[in-house]
Amino acid sequence: MTLPENSRGSGPADHLGDASKALKIRGLVKEYRAGVPVLKGLDLDVDSRGIMAIIGPSGTGKSTLLRCINRLVEPTRGEIIFEGEDITKLSRAGLRRARRKIGMVFQEYNLVERLSVIENLLCGRLGYISPLKAWLRKFPSQDIDRAFELLDTVGLGDLAYQRADNLSGGQRQRVGIARALMQAPHILLADEPTSSLDPKTSVEIMELMASLAGKLDIPVIVNIHDVALGTRFAQRIIGMSEGNIVYDGAPSGLTDTHLKEIYGGEDWLQ
Amino acid sequence: MIAGNDPVQMTHRRLERFTPMERFSRWLVLLIVVAAIVVSTRHVQIIPEFLADAPSQMLDLLNRLWPPDLSYYQQGVHEALMETLHIASLGTILALILALPVALCSARNITSNPILLVFAKLVLVSSRSVNSLVWALLFVAVFGPGTLAGVLAIAFRSVGFVGKLLGEALEEVHMGSVEALKATGAPATSVLLKGYWPQVKPALWSIALFRWDINVRESAVLGLVGAGGIGIALNNALNTFYWDKVSTVLLSIFAVVIAAELVVTQIRKRII
Amino acid sequence: MTMPSTSHAKRNPFPVNWPSRIIWVALLAYLVYALSLIDISSERMIAGFGHGADMLGRMVPPDFSRWSLLLEGLLESLEIAILASAVGITLSLPIGFFAARNMMPPWVSWPARTLIAVCRSFHPVIVAIIFVKAVGFGALAGILALIVASVGFIAKLFAEAIEEISLKQVEAVRASGASFGNVIIFSVVPQVLSRFVGFSTYQVDSNLRNSTMVGIVGAGGIGGTLFSAFQRFDYDFVAAILISLIAVIMAGEYFSTWVKGVFK
Repeated sequence: MTLPENSRGSGPADHLGDASKALKIRGLVKEYRAGVPVLKGLDLDVDSRGIMAIIGPSGTGKSTLLRCINRLVEPTRGEIIFEGEDITKLSRAGLRRARRKIGMVFQEYNLVERLSVIENLLCGRLGYISPLKAWLRKFPSQDIDRAFELLDTVGLGDLAYQRADNLSGGQRQRVGIARALMQAPHILLADEPTSSLDPKTSVEIMELMASLAGKLDIPVIVNIHDVALGTRFAQRIIGMSEGNIVYDGAPSGLTDTHLKEIYGGEDWLQ
Repeated sequence: MIAGNDPVQMTHRRLERFTPMERFSRWLVLLIVVAAIVVSTRHVQIIPEFLADAPSQMLDLLNRLWPPDLSYYQQGVHEALMETLHIASLGTILALILALPVALCSARNITSNPILLVFAKLVLVSSRSVNSLVWALLFVAVFGPGTLAGVLAIAFRSVGFVGKLLGEALEEVHMGSVEALKATGAPATSVLLKGYWPQVKPALWSIALFRWDINVRESAVLGLVGAGGIGIALNNALNTFYWDKVSTVLLSIFAVVIAAELVVTQIRKRII
Repeated sequence: MTMPSTSHAKRNPFPVNWPSRIIWVALLAYLVYALSLIDISSERMIAGFGHGADMLGRMVPPDFSRWSLLLEGLLESLEIAILASAVGITLSLPIGFFAARNMMPPWVSWPARTLIAVCRSFHPVIVAIIFVKAVGFGALAGILALIVASVGFIAKLFAEAIEEISLKQVEAVRASGASFGNVIIFSVVPQVLSRFVGFSTYQVDSNLRNSTMVGIVGAGGIGGTLFSAFQRFDYDFVAAILISLIAVIMAGEYFSTWVKGVFK
């Protein structure tokens, strides 16, 4: 299959520009060691809106899948088609351009601890400005306005000049989400965004992410080990087990039989 | 290992402090050390009369050193002392500038090219293995005697030290933050500036202060081979046998070194 | 929640950090001033690079024909380093112990600390000159100089290590009814031994490096040979000496890493 070069966004008859799909993954394989695949040929279509939660035991390749999408982890084989381009075939510059449109939120927040909250937000724009301007901190004024606005939206308007290491876990994750949204992304990836947080904060963070993504009308892929939290916020659940997709459907369709298949055993269900 | 599955066996093993191999190695070290000392004592050329004479000679020398001729400070010491400080400071600054690219090339999480990695490590090791006095001899031969040779000697000796520690600091940064910046599509240089640099900045200042403190001490000696600074004043006083001037020079070196150490400790306390 | 007035006003994300800006300006001003003091004219640089190239050219190939002289110097350096380390470390034990403020009264610890500070302040080569004047040319002056350097380093770190030990363990052993000797052996020694081995090997390393240098002022070892080769412009012999020096120093570093591993 050859890919037309300029198929981004438009093209009504274009099979790649299918507006209802944000991302198409075909035959994705990742082997960290040759012959030992972590992802065993995944096929997945991601809808262009709504939250999709990936559940599954740890070590099953959820994180690897997410990191293959923006090539923080190099896929071994397969196609990842995002806005008409196969991400796996992009050059370095092309990959950087693609990454600007893919926001990512991390389990450990991954803020630059020694920078201020507002500078962490502006780091979300690094893909759009030259290193020289980044060094001189010459960010365009609309970026700066947007950063302060977003900071207010996530409820941290008063902490703009605090250093990131002074923040609590929940606050840090809010900064992490705001940084990802600074990119004006077309899709948001979240890798276990609530695993380091307490249950109440976890719900707040999921609510924040759901409402912001809804407002921006972008799809979210979230890895989550908390099944209840996943089914509560997602419109679609992907169950993964040992590098394969074993469930793909609505949260309501997820039964104990499925969970048994995903996580193995059944003692934990009681 | 069948024994490994038996819990009783395991505890029993842990009670013995060292494995036979460890014990053998310890005895081997001891043996080598003792043998080295014995052989050196037998072989080294020390004239027994000199050794017997040493305490009285030392006392005699101390008598000649005391009291110091403090008036010499204004005449011949002050300027040379300032020059020494300049050599140490400029040498440290130059070393920081030179060490930065080498450290980047030597950090495994930044450089993936194995040839570049090995080359950077080689540069760092050779810089550290050559004493600052040898560097000074080389630069005096190249640029002639004077401050320039001293600055370059200090810088070239310090590159290895600063580069090694900075490289280690770079390897210890939190890679999550770096990953997050890469994920935003930031160019590699921006990732260095906003991801790595804020994280290693405190370490870099700390290394710089530490090395400056050492360099104040090292630069005092460079004058002996003609590379400027207080060493020249010391050499002059020694060669003309003005012992009271020698002690003035020594006292001023002592004062400067102690002062530098105090300054460094104070700055460290405040900033880091 | 937040006041709309502030969110629409122009806000500066990077308020000026005055202390850091002042430090940078001061540093830059110093740099300009200090550079103006040294003579870096373009002619001098060009001439220098010419000399450098010439010197490098004469360094190749290194001349190992006077290997017996080379070996003799290296051996003497090695002996100086070994003996100075042995005596220096032995002397450092009591001096460091006297300097530990949690073990000794101030009238003992202060003189000991002053002695250590004096030993630390002078570069070994400067100390070596003094000893050459006192006891004459030769290895003895070098050994004495490096003993001074060893005391300055090891006694200081040893004193710090003793000051940091956990008194709880000492009390626990003492509570079991142990004698003073046993208290030292079972509570103090285990806490400081591996660190002591660590900085002793570091000092042996550093003594080895310096023992190759004290010869420049006549205190024995390969340094004298190196210095006279420099003065006679025998750059091929200089290269040979430097290569052997680096090899010996690297071997020393390798050995000390191994010893540290054994006593970990």
